[in-house]
Amino acid sequence: MGYPTSTDGTYTIVSLTGEVDLHCSPEAKKQILGLLGENKDVLIDLSAVEYIDSSAIASLVEALRMAKANQVKFGLVSVSTPAMKVLQLARLDKVFSIKDSVSDYTGKDG
Amino acid sequence: MNPTSNPPVIEINNLVAGYGGREILHGVNLTVNEGEIFVIMGGSGSGKTTLLRHILGLNTPTSGSVSVLGKNITHASRKELYELRKQFGVAFQSGALFGSMTVGENVQLPLREHSRLDDATIGIMTRMKLEMLNLAGFEDLMPSELSGGMLKRAGLARAVIMDPKLLFFDEPSAGLDPIVSAALDESILMLREAMRMSIVVVTHELESAFRIADRIMILFQGSVAITGTPEEVRNCDDERVQDFLNRRSVEEQLEPDEYLRRLTGHIQ
Repeated sequence: MGYPTSTDGTYTIVSLTGEVDLHCSPEAKKQILGLLGENKDVLIDLSAVEYIDSSAIASLVEALRMAKANQVKFGLVSVSTPAMKVLQLARLDKVFSIKDSVSDYTGKDG
Repeated sequence: MNPTSNPPVIEINNLVAGYGGREILHGVNLTVNEGEIFVIMGGSGSGKTTLLRHILGLNTPTSGSVSVLGKNITHASRKELYELRKQFGVAFQSGALFGSMTVGENVQLPLREHSRLDDATIGIMTRMKLEMLNLAGFEDLMPSELSGGMLKRAGLARAVIMDPKLLFFDEPSAGLDPIVSAALDESILMLREAMRMSIVVVTHELESAFRIADRIMILFQGSVAITGTPEEVRNCDDERVQDFLNRRSVEEQLEPDEYLRRLTGHIQ
């Protein structure tokens, strides 16, 4: 089934929701790496994430590595407070590109 | 939100327990709430390790009940306990790492056993946890090459590799210098904050307990002397509690006849 996706300009946006843990992170990873494998620019919307565990964060790290290798864009957007705490704990808040909204990436208003 | 008002993750009612007919815990009651850091304290022989063993389902009580994450474990089957323990992380006093494995292999062992994550994800998770606990670069060393403080941190890294809902930590500060001990306490506070863990710490280190605890229980000869916030414990006028906090040894009150019986065994 996978997480909902949308597009805005060149970006494909994957919206992770709810609790992203050991049980669902492999599916999220497959979906995100699949898009990056098609050389798409990808944003991950984390606004509706209530809890994110280390396996999901590790998947995002893998995605970032793949994006750099494929020379496509990859970033996080609207990171919820619980997700930000985990990123900070893992000292990854400076490693990922993190912006408040999709328009901050696309340069469009609204 | 104040974690002491969250729903309980551990509930113990009137726990009586011991070894071989000798009663160690005499009706202990305890509640640990979600997201709470609960510290169990007491001197040597106070029963704190026995209490921890009952919460982990390693011992069977004489009477009373122990519920963990909503499951009454007093009469749980081995399979039920196995499933429940997957949601625990336990960091032992010595680190309890396998000497024949590298630090990295030790830390990722629970993931290898209990998850279907691939090697790449497991590798990143392992290095992330080692980074969090200031052990970056030590992944390929053997446990024998680590200092005492590093062993404890590696043990903690393994205990939290699965992001457990419940973390148990037995004597985190014992044998560590004050700076290393304070850093470990910081790690415990960070884990609770970011990973929403409920944490039970067993310790006799006062400074550490008051630094991290939401609530503290002090056991005295197998009974609860007090359970309360650090402030309530500090202000408690129970003499046993004040003796413990002020590190005064407590001389056991001996009944002459009882003492004679103890020395002479069963001889009347």
